[in-house]
Amino acid sequence: MATGEEHKAPPYMLVFVVLAVLTVLEVLFAMFADLPQVWLAVGLILMALWKAYLVALYFMHLRFEPRRLWILAASPIPLAIILVLVVIREF
Amino acid sequence: MTTMTADRAPMAGMKVYHLKLGMWVFLLSEVMFFTGLIGSYIILRFAHPEAFAAPGVVLNVPLTAFNTFVLICSSVTMVKAFAAIEQGDQKGLQKWLLGTILLGAFFVGVQAVEYTILSSEGFVPMAESYHAIARGAAEGSAVIGGPLYGATFYTMTGFHGAHVSIGVLCLCFTLWRARKGAYAAGDLGGVEIMGLYWHFVDLVWILLFTVVYLI
Repeated sequence: MATGEEHKAPPYMLVFVVLAVLTVLEVLFAMFADLPQVWLAVGLILMALWKAYLVALYFMHLRFEPRRLWILAASPIPLAIILVLVVIREF
Repeated sequence: MTTMTADRAPMAGMKVYHLKLGMWVFLLSEVMFFTGLIGSYIILRFAHPEAFAAPGVVLNVPLTAFNTFVLICSSVTMVKAFAAIEQGDQKGLQKWLLGTILLGAFFVGVQAVEYTILSSEGFVPMAESYHAIARGAAEGSAVIGGPLYGATFYTMTGFHGAHVSIGVLCLCFTLWRARKGAYAAGDLGGVEIMGLYWHFVDLVWILLFTVVYLI
């Protein structure tokens, strides 16, 4: 993508279907799952992260980018975790 | 293989062209911005659970789930626009860009309707006039949550809505340029970086929807 290399067309419609199904599952899970709040939150966050990963991988074409851009794109993740963990210790 | 313009020539080192690298660096700063907002929300919610309501009690989850679906659809139309210009399809590019603009504007419109309904029910970010009641409850029912709930909700969704609105305006500019024939199979950098921004806005909403509306 970045260097103009040819690659197989991404499965946009398949990703769209997965995103739509996951959104429906999330809503059903949040409304009807009889689970403790912690497990409910973990399940919902995992589904949201999966959706976000699919968007970044296929819609933002990270799958076809050089490794250096991957490293750049992942660089704020540890910073974001540190930011939340440091502040959450206040409570 | 299409011919690349100088603008899309990959930079030595990063192996991507400078416009795309610039957009990625901007998006990474946006990640930290939204992390600050979402992190603050999580911390405040843990610290003051009495100030927040259970999912679906005050906020309209089905309406927002539909709006989430609309934004996901807009990401698909955006990638279709990019795929069209990759093939040199000018008409396809314009058609899919227009679709993305309409879906993005629809998303912002639904958000405006949601804000109007919520504020009429007393769900506002102001301590003095906060009097939110459960959806469908009779007037005068017990107040749910507190102004902290309204303040965090409007801050996060408002900033996201502003990003979508700016994105719609940028898409209009991209469509205007597309109609003037500014893009081609070997010169599609503008469409690609517009797409990166748009998908990022979609990605952030996916996380916001879960954190704010479902948990």
